[in-house]
Amino acid sequence: MNISKTLIGASIAAALSASAAYAETTIGGYGELHYNNTHSDVKNEDKTEMDFHRFVLEFGHDFNEKIRFFSEVELEHALVKDTDDGSGPGELELEQAYIEMDLNDSSNLKAGIFLLPVGIINETHEPPAFYGVERNPVEKNIIPATWWEGGAMYSAYMDNGISYDLAIHTGLSDTTGSIRGAREKVAKAPADSLAYTARIKYTGVTGLELAGTVQYQSDFSQGLGTVGDAEDGTLIETHAIYTTGGLKLTALYASWDINFNGGTTTGKDAQNGSMVEASYKINSNWGVFARQNNWTNDDGATDKAQTDIGFNYWPHEDVVFKADYQMQNDDADDFDGFNLGVGYQF
Amino acid sequence: MCFPFLLLKLNDFIHYKLILLAPMIYCSSLINFVSMRNYLLFITLLGFLTGSINTYAKGTYQTPENFVSEAFKQQVPEPVIAWIKDDLRKQVEEILQHKSKIKRTRYWKKDSRTVWILEEVGKKKPITVGIIIDNNKITRLKVLVFRETRGWEVRYPFFTKQFNQLSLMSDNKLSKSIDGISGATLSVRALDKLARIALLLNMNIQQQENPQP
Repeated sequence: MNISKTLIGASIAAALSASAAYAETTIGGYGELHYNNTHSDVKNEDKTEMDFHRFVLEFGHDFNEKIRFFSEVELEHALVKDTDDGSGPGELELEQAYIEMDLNDSSNLKAGIFLLPVGIINETHEPPAFYGVERNPVEKNIIPATWWEGGAMYSAYMDNGISYDLAIHTGLSDTTGSIRGAREKVAKAPADSLAYTARIKYTGVTGLELAGTVQYQSDFSQGLGTVGDAEDGTLIETHAIYTTGGLKLTALYASWDINFNGGTTTGKDAQNGSMVEASYKINSNWGVFARQNNWTNDDGATDKAQTDIGFNYWPHEDVVFKADYQMQNDDADDFDGFNLGVGYQF
Repeated sequence: MCFPFLLLKLNDFIHYKLILLAPMIYCSSLINFVSMRNYLLFITLLGFLTGSINTYAKGTYQTPENFVSEAFKQQVPEPVIAWIKDDLRKQVEEILQHKSKIKRTRYWKKDSRTVWILEEVGKKKPITVGIIIDNNKITRLKVLVFRETRGWEVRYPFFTKQFNQLSLMSDNKLSKSIDGISGATLSVRALDKLARIALLLNMNIQQQENPQP
């Protein structure tokens, strides 16, 4: 059994032998080491640390031409520590593990644990693929990326550049309506109340991507809510990416509308954010970017903002060194300073 | 079965997108379970309808045999072997940015025209591409077989026509950079590499046929 992607990747084909053999089982992976050096005047606190934020191994296997398996195991923050209260620095996560079946040449069905089709970095987040040492805080705190659930998803691709996905899957679980902490990560996750996601995407002209996702969470409290607790909620997300030459412009907006039993004064019924980014790839090795992020998780009681500027250096197309400077407003805790990172994929 | 609204071009899509997404973006407070259910039903209906028209993301778009035959208007010359070794091999691997186990490939040549069938992996599986070169410039690049579920947009003529009339620079890069497709980065990268390799191999053949004194 050939398990090396690099061994199969070198195929300049023998002419007219279009069905060049490819490995049935593949491995891949990516990872990133971060160094943060920031200071908050508001909190009178330094954040100076080095962290191997993500170490990911991917395993895939083709059972035949139409049925395949894909998985991704991630070690976050380098260490899973056996502590009495479970408070280790990191996590070992099964981020993807699904069976994918082609229904025909333009549609397929997934079943298992998969990344939800929402936002930009949720599905594509290998370090060489994006600017900035840390992922943008809007997708992290509003969507919340990286977000995976267990269930089934139907995906279809149309000849005019439109593709769409429909998914039924496990839902978030938090009676207070918090978003990021409500991910159960398919670990004995409550499945009393499911969620539904639909995305439509257009990539029919060079350099342009337009996409929109709607998701309905039927019950944040998973059947256990009482007065004052979160009930159903809807996420909408839309983004546009336009690339021409080295210039890339990105805009994203995401918003939650959550209903509470008897209403709420926490502001968690309206959580939203937007992100705009401009980047310029000077040549195949160097690129610069600037990004503005604004978000609120409490209906505007705190309006968080973060500005990032920096550059990427790719010594190889699959290896990247990154540096950026971040500036946060007081609502976002005022951590200003620089970040350095190195990342790879294979 | 083919409904007019399924044959969307960009202008139509803008209208279509407004119908579909504008309520999502601007009227979020109005979205409730009923509208969500309707949205899902609409998308599902779209799925069933599009299943009945001739769409394909992956598969064989044209057989290599047919591509070669078309390139020479059915007067296909005998294939020739191009060896990839020594300095040429180094250059090929520099373009690929990884090792290559392939030592030779076949091509077809008549007058100033050469035709190549090459493959390179996008994300996990090889993409088969046909490339016609005339007078050291690409006159046609076509994706013949695509085997993955992502990145299939590279097969569209709006993307592949960017390669027409491109030649190879002294640093083994294309004479003009190719605009990518969002979400299809690895497939775009593979096609860019194959275009450069075809031009490089073509140039190497010429140097062998007409060695510099």
